[in-house]
Amino acid sequence: MTKLVDIQDLTFGYSTEPVLEGINLTISRNDFIGMIGPNGGGKSTLIRIILGLLQPWSGKVLLTPSINIGYLPQYHSFDSRFPISVEEVVLSGLLKTGKLTSRIKSTERRKAAEVLHKVGMEPFAKRSIGDLSGGQMQRVFIGRALISNPDLLILDEPATYVDNRFEQELYQLMETINETTAILLVSHDVGQILSSIKTIACVNRRLHYHPNNKITEEILESYNCPIDLITHGHVPHRVLHNHPQ
Amino acid sequence: MTGFLSYTFIQNALLASLLGSITAGIIGTYVVSRRMVFITGGITHASFGGLGLGFLLGINPLIGAALFGLMSGLGVEYLSKYQKIREDSVIAMLWSLGMALGIIFISLAPGYAPNLMSYLFGNILSVSSADLQVMAGLMLLVLALFIPFFRLIQYVTFDEEFARTSRIPVSLFKYLLAGMVALTAVLYIRVAGIILVLSLLTIPQNTALLLSNNLRKIMIMAIIFGFAGSLAGLILSYYLNIPSGASIIFSLTIIYLLVSVIKSITNRQQKKV
Repeated sequence: MTKLVDIQDLTFGYSTEPVLEGINLTISRNDFIGMIGPNGGGKSTLIRIILGLLQPWSGKVLLTPSINIGYLPQYHSFDSRFPISVEEVVLSGLLKTGKLTSRIKSTERRKAAEVLHKVGMEPFAKRSIGDLSGGQMQRVFIGRALISNPDLLILDEPATYVDNRFEQELYQLMETINETTAILLVSHDVGQILSSIKTIACVNRRLHYHPNNKITEEILESYNCPIDLITHGHVPHRVLHNHPQ
Repeated sequence: MTGFLSYTFIQNALLASLLGSITAGIIGTYVVSRRMVFITGGITHASFGGLGLGFLLGINPLIGAALFGLMSGLGVEYLSKYQKIREDSVIAMLWSLGMALGIIFISLAPGYAPNLMSYLFGNILSVSSADLQVMAGLMLLVLALFIPFFRLIQYVTFDEEFARTSRIPVSLFKYLLAGMVALTAVLYIRVAGIILVLSLLTIPQNTALLLSNNLRKIMIMAIIFGFAGSLAGLILSYYLNIPSGASIIFSLTIIYLLVSVIKSITNRQQKKV
């Protein structure tokens, strides 16, 4: 198994108190990790460290050389009135390839159309990003994370803003993507996708890794990882057994 | 009309309009789309301090202004990295400090500063061929950055944090661009003056924004609208004998209003169909 990411004994904080402590995590090809944990538990912070946006206090973050990470942030820092089309937003996911010519190549256009089709936004390609609804924007940003065929896809709360139907489509899409790409999915509501994820990481200052997707009351209580196990409608799901008493 | 064109100062003014429209068209589109208009206003006014220092030391005031402009432009860009700082307050302080320093330096300078008015309001008719060379140099620099790196600049400006996850030297580009914004603003003080230069960087760009969401087209249209407004302003200035800076801004605004009226009429017609 190729290790894409290897985090060793990582500690990080914003001021004096550590937000993350003694974190160990490896991400390998074919992984599909669901990262859960309470608000303020450090999930997004850990992701920002993996992406190199924050530097750890101590410990190591080893990335496989020239790794390509596709990223969907939880909060977007862009200006919605910036003059840019949906197609170009998706194409900006190719920034990391470092090979952008001044003009858009026809191969890039085809690639963008393909990705927009996957997220159901093809008819909106020429529209301004600011004209879209929150859920539509979210789909476009998922497209931006996918277009470079990343080795690792990091999605921070991808279901924010999107409607229930697209949420289900999204989880199916991720299962297909997972055949070739490792996925790290952050959610406060992992109950929704329990059937697709393979392993679980609970983050609440410390990280507890579960090498399967069996989530029990015990896990939730002992590691203080409260999540929502309630869902609605016809959702593919799996009821997990209780641990022997 | 041919008599009008035979004067060297008119020829210089026309050339300055062309160079200025290209440089300000591109840089202004960056300024407007990144919402840096207030920062740019701050830089321009802060450069008044350098202008005053130039008068006091007896060197070319524009060199002093360029130094102050660059320092404040890069300074604000540097400070904006730290979110605990209220960027708009810092800009306002810089803005007034620069003006205050300028007034102090000028009052300390021996004698009277004769063409102070032309620095505040600009005079395109006083552009020298040395000025033109510097303007051409800056235009080439801007083109050398924007032509090869157009999409990179566009994507980095759209979502800086996402760009930072892509191993792009985001800060390098931001500082380079901040430097070019400062130099453009200061250089075109000659043409439009400290108080009016902001209009060259905002009015043609906003006119173009009425018509497109494509950054490349916006830049090209901003150049065309900028040049048209400068020409019209120059002609108005010559025949009505009014200050050129003011007449250029007036013309740019008329073009903006015309385009927005035409756009709302065509929009209404499209809705009826």
